Parts: sequence; structure tokens; C-alpha cells
Amino acid sequence: MSGEKLGWKDLEIGAVVTEPGSASAYKTGDWRSERPVRENEKCIKCGICYIYCPEACIHEDEEGYFESDLYYCKGCGICAHECPRDVIKMVEEVEE
Amino acid sequence: MTKGKIVGLEGSFAVAEAVRMVNADVISAYPITPQTHIVERLAEMVADGELDAEFICVESEHSAMSACVGASAAGARVFTCSAGQGLELMHEVLYIPSSMRLPVVAVVANRALSAPLSVWCDHSDAMAIRDIGWIQMFAENNQQAFDLTVCAYRVAEDKEVLFPAMVHLDGFYLSHVIEDMVMPDDKEVTGFIPEYEHPFVLDPERPVSMGCYGPPFIYSETKKAQEVAFENTKSKIQETWKEFGDVFGRHYSPVEKYRMEDARIALLTMGSSGETAMLAVEELREEGKDAGLISLRLWRPFPFKEFRDAVKDVELLVVLDRAISSGMGGPVCSEVKSALYDKRKKPNIVGFIGGLGGRDIPVKGFKYMVNRALEKVKAIERGEEIETEMIGIRE
Amino acid sequence: MDKEDEELFVPRLVTTEENFASGHRACVGCGEALAVRHVCKALGKDVIIVNATGCIEIFSSLLPQTSWRVAWIHTLFENVGAVVSGIEAAYKARVRKGKIPATAVKFVGFAGDGGTSDIGIQALSGAMERGHNFLYCCFDNEAYMNTGIQRSSSTPYGAWTTTAPVGKKSIGQMTWKKNMPEIAVAHNIPYVATACPSYPFDLMDKVKKGIEIEGPAYVHILSVCPTGWRCPPNLSIELGRLAVETGIFPLYEVINGEYRLSFDFPELKPVREYMKKQGRFRHLTEDVIERIQARVEEEYLKLKEKAGVK
Repeated sequence: MSGEKLGWKDLEIGAVVTEPGSASAYKTGDWRSERPVRENEKCIKCGICYIYCPEACIHEDEEGYFESDLYYCKGCGICAHECPRDVIKMVEEVEE
Repeated sequence: MTKGKIVGLEGSFAVAEAVRMVNADVISAYPITPQTHIVERLAEMVADGELDAEFICVESEHSAMSACVGASAAGARVFTCSAGQGLELMHEVLYIPSSMRLPVVAVVANRALSAPLSVWCDHSDAMAIRDIGWIQMFAENNQQAFDLTVCAYRVAEDKEVLFPAMVHLDGFYLSHVIEDMVMPDDKEVTGFIPEYEHPFVLDPERPVSMGCYGPPFIYSETKKAQEVAFENTKSKIQETWKEFGDVFGRHYSPVEKYRMEDARIALLTMGSSGETAMLAVEELREEGKDAGLISLRLWRPFPFKEFRDAVKDVELLVVLDRAISSGMGGPVCSEVKSALYDKRKKPNIVGFIGGLGGRDIPVKGFKYMVNRALEKVKAIERGEEIETEMIGIRE
Repeated sequence: MDKEDEELFVPRLVTTEENFASGHRACVGCGEALAVRHVCKALGKDVIIVNATGCIEIFSSLLPQTSWRVAWIHTLFENVGAVVSGIEAAYKARVRKGKIPATAVKFVGFAGDGGTSDIGIQALSGAMERGHNFLYCCFDNEAYMNTGIQRSSSTPYGAWTTTAPVGKKSIGQMTWKKNMPEIAVAHNIPYVATACPSYPFDLMDKVKKGIEIEGPAYVHILSVCPTGWRCPPNLSIELGRLAVETGIFPLYEVINGEYRLSFDFPELKPVREYMKKQGRFRHLTEDVIERIQARVEEEYLKLKEKAGVK
């Protein structure tokens, strides 16, 4: 439940939060002004983008390529900057 | 009837015995006069294997309370004690166990606050921490220091309570004075204190997040929950004292009364000065004044109902404060006035400040207060303003 | 595949377990959030984390949710050393008294540079001196970033901050960065290291050593802050790398008093390369940069001597 709707009786004793990692419901992708776009033909599947992502939002797909989860990606561009093969380009987000 | 054997012990050792008998797991403390005898005795007990606890010799009182918070959150029964400046250094941390609902137990050997430096007793330290959200009780003698410390664990750790609890005993007057007291058997105390189990502990098997950040949309809800739960501790405190009385034969009430049945004049004290005030009551009675004494045993949560009942037939209430709320008079006096404000029928209330920084208040001091208060009532009736008077001051 | 490419593939060997969940509210490109992610990968599940007030606590624990998938507690700003001491003592006592089984649980403190080298130094010093079995991670972003980029004792010489502003009579920070790892070393604890998320495998390796060693361990992690350092967020990794390659933030370990350089560079890059990419140093004149260059070289030489590197 979102915090704005919680009443005082809904809180656990001492306001303890009992669901591990529950903040993963929060969509940080809305912050993004640029999104990473990949040219997987150039990708060597090294995982540099994965290890340097502050959002932990880059995951390996079934073919071993890496993909950013845009629900969380804030568009920092670290993956694009650090990619050793220039696979990733940051492109401007446009209002749909 | 009371069980146990009669022993002569100073208040500090009585407290240490209580902590040993409840079998505390972690003790974290920093030495400060007049609390030192408590920690020294506990350190000896741990060194001799009489108490199986981790004793953390922290580098400050701030850390003493912080380590207690950590240990309590990790499921341990904890103890710390402090006084005066040490309690003030701890101040920031004191709000943590009450808001995070951790049943830390602390004893304070009450001491004045600097400057000038004074290691001696008054209640300035206690009055500076009125709003920390702890259960707070005041002991009048060493027996009570022991009994209330035992009760503090039972109440604090009760699943329906889970609040920290603090026992105040007057520095030197109790901490360093040997008095006869009844010491129960370990087994009886152990039987009175169940195993401590908190619904949430720091455990990798069941990870929880404690002490999260509360933005404006939710902070007030956390405080409401805390305050409702805190008010509800009153009935548990009284229930615990009743059960303690049934087992140990000594009975405690949030508001203790002495010769109040027919009293029209009541003295109000907290802590060790109550016993001197009792002697003053006796002398006043002999002089034909229908005096009695009220001692606040429970300070937080404030026992509104019991206090109002205690003074319902009183015409003059004389309040001794061993602290100053600068620019506001005596803090206890202010609080009892506010507790009675809504009552149609209420006594005249006259406050005095005395006993600061270890200054004794003899029997004649209490008698002086009563007689001065009677004069002041006349002034009040004449429509004059009265001020809080500091007693025993040289011009 | 050439050797360089082989090294590139190391990330694939790292656990995919994320005990610090996505959805945290750290600034875009936050080096500290990345460092926390790496540290958590190295720590695993069997851990209790004590977190100081600061950026990490704020961006990870907004009620009623949490980013943590491990046991985690925050209480105050300056008391991590003491809280972790209490937790470790509670574990020892409860195991000894048969109340809980003995496990491999690790006790870890997290704090920023302010929470470590300024306001929290006393509690940390006490905990290290008493010899509690814990790991302390200082996430050093070189200022009070959570409150809005105020200087700390860990802010580097010449850096602009809001409380060390640049003016007619000021070049910004007028003091040299406090050497917190050396202060930890002075406590004679068994493990001290410096690390940076630009070198994730080195970082994770050091965290693992820190938790495995018996007694206090201290890992000081340089965490690039694009917001406070006034740099583009995509430079977080590159700036961390440059801090190391210029000798400004050398990576090393001190194991039972023995120094070991994690990476040695026969030729340090000029500090200018690191500084010119950051707005917080933009105002510095050549003579100030040269003063910093000289100081960095001097400190680096001292470190090499301690590590026995010629």
C-alpha cells in the first residue's frame, strides 16, 4: 500500500518494515530523460554495463545479452559510457 | 508479608542485584558520578561469572544508549545507567528506543547539571528528559530502587508494552547510602521475569528494516501509534505492580499517599525527600495542621486519574521541585497545575524550588514550605501574584 | 579472445543476487548507491547492517517501504560504531546463553564520510578499540551531500562546497582531506582497506576479507557524487578510476599492519585530468592545482614506502 493511504493502525510496532525489498515497487524509471538503446550486434556479452549499474536494473536475457529494465533505469548513462564496444547509446526520452 | 532476607545495601548495589537477578544479556555503560557504584558492581559480577552478560565499556553515554538500542534490537535484555551530564549526552538517543519500541531498561542516579559543576543530587537531569517517551518511575529508598528495577523489566518487555523504562534514584542520597532492605531469592525474581521475546528482531533469517525514514505523509501516523500505545502502558504498569505485591509483599501505586485520608494540606515530592517530608507531616499534625504527603512514583506516563483522585479533597497543595524550568518555575509544579486545570474543584497550588545540587532539605524546610504556602494562599485570595520561591538560599 | 577481453567477462561471474533492491531513490548516476550494491553482493544474506543517517538511509528506507533484503537498522547519525557493538555483543551473549544457535552472521556498519570522519568518529574509534567483530564501510562522497553539499573533514583541498564556497578570499575547502583509513590503521585493527566501485572486483574482494577476518575491519570506499561534485552522472565510474590513477585515492590494504598496494602505477596521471571534469574544482588556478599535484605525489610516495614498493 502506498504510504499516503496508511492509517496509524496499519503500521507495525515501531514502524518496522517487514517485507524485504518492498521499495522495488517504486518506479524510478519516471525520472529518466534519456534512455539506453542497444545495438546488440556489437555486444560481446561482457557484463560491464551490468556490474556498473547503480540501479541494479540491467539483467541478462536468455541469449546472454544485457537489457535495462526501464521501470527502474534513471538514464544516468554509465552503461553507455563504460561499454567497451559502444553498444549502448543514450537517446532522449520523448513524451508519448 | 515480605519474603527474603534482610540485608544492608547501598542503592547502587541494590540495583546491580536486580540486574543480576533478571539475568541481563548486555550491559553498556559509561562511568559518571554518582552512578559509578552500579557499573562497578555489575562489572565485578560479570568478571566473577555471577552474571553471564556482555559488558561493553563504551566511550560515552551517547554510545552507551546506542549500544543498548542495538543489543535490544538484536533480541537481548539490556541495561545501562547514567546521571546528570551523562544523561544529557544520551539525550538524543533516548528517543530512539521509545519510538522504535525497544524495551531498554535504564537507571539514573539523579544529579544536578553544570555549570557550575556539581556531582550532587537534584532532578534537573530527570526534568530535562520528560518528553522522551520512556516509562519513568521514581524510587524513594533502596528497597524501591531494587523493586522498581525488577518491575521495569517486567513492564518494558511485556508484549503489550514494549517501551523502554527508566528508574530514577537520587544520587548519593540513595546510590551511596546503605539501608536495610529485603532481598528476595534469585528464583523468585527469575520466576517473576519471563523470557524476553520481541516480535521483531534483527535476524538474517527473517530480515526486517528498523528505523526507516518518515516523511511528512507518514511521520504523524507513527507518532500517533506510539502515543496511543504509550498511554495504554498505564494499566500494565499497575497490573505488574499488583502482581509484584502479590509475590513479594510490597505494593506500589502510581501516586503514593501518606496520611492523606483526612488531609487538607498536601506536600508533593518525588524521590528520596519523601521520607523527610513524612517526618514533617508528623510534626505538622502534632501542631494541629491536617497535612499529608503525596509522592509521584510514576512520572511517565503521567498518572492523571490517580493524581486527581489523590488531591480531590485537598485545599492546599505544596509542591517541591528539585529542578528549575528556567523562566517557568518548577517543572513538576507546572505539570500538576496543568493536570488539575480542567477540574472545577481544585486546591491552591504553591510551588517551591529547593534541594538543588545536593543541598539537603531538612524537616524544618518542609514545615517552612507549608507555613509559607499558607501565607501565600492569603496573598492569592487578595488577588496578588505569587512567585515560585527558592528555599534555603542565603541573601 | 585476447587477454583484455577475458578480463572484460569477469562481471558474468558475479552473483546476480541483489540484496539492495532496485527502486531506491539515489540521485541519477550515484556512485554511492553502486558501491552499496557491490558491498551487498559481497556480504550476502547472512548479515545485519547498521546504517548511519545520510544519503543511503534516506534513499533506501522511505516508509512504508525498504530497499533492503537483509536485516537492517538505522537509528542516528553518529552512533553506528556503538549500535553495531551492541548488536555484536547481543549475539555473543545470546549464543553463549543458549538462546540462539551460533551462525555465520556478520555485523556491518555503513556511514558516509561525515558520519565516519566527523560526527561518528568517536563511536567508531570506541568500537575499533574494543575489538568488536564487525566490518565498517565508509562511503566517502567527500561532503555532506544529503544536507546539500556542505564541507566535511573528508572534502578535498580546493573543492567548492556550500559551506566552503569560492570567494574573493577563499578557494573553497582550505584544509587537506582527513586521512581516515590511517586513523583506522592507528587502532591496530586486523584489516583496513580503501576501495572504489570503479574497481568492483577489488571492492568485493576487500569486503569479503573484511567480514571473514576476526575483529574490526574498516573499508573506506570513494563514492563519486555527480550532484555534489558537479559532474555529468555518466562519469561516476570514470572519475573513480581517475581518482585512483592520479594517486589522489590510492587503493591499498593494511592486513595486520602490513601495507599492500592493490594497484600500483609507475606513472601517475596528472591530477588535472581528474579535476577538470568536476565543477567543484573548476575555479582552481594552475598554482593551486600544482600544489595539489605535489601533495598527492608526496602522499603517494609515503604510501609506497609503507608498502615496500620502490
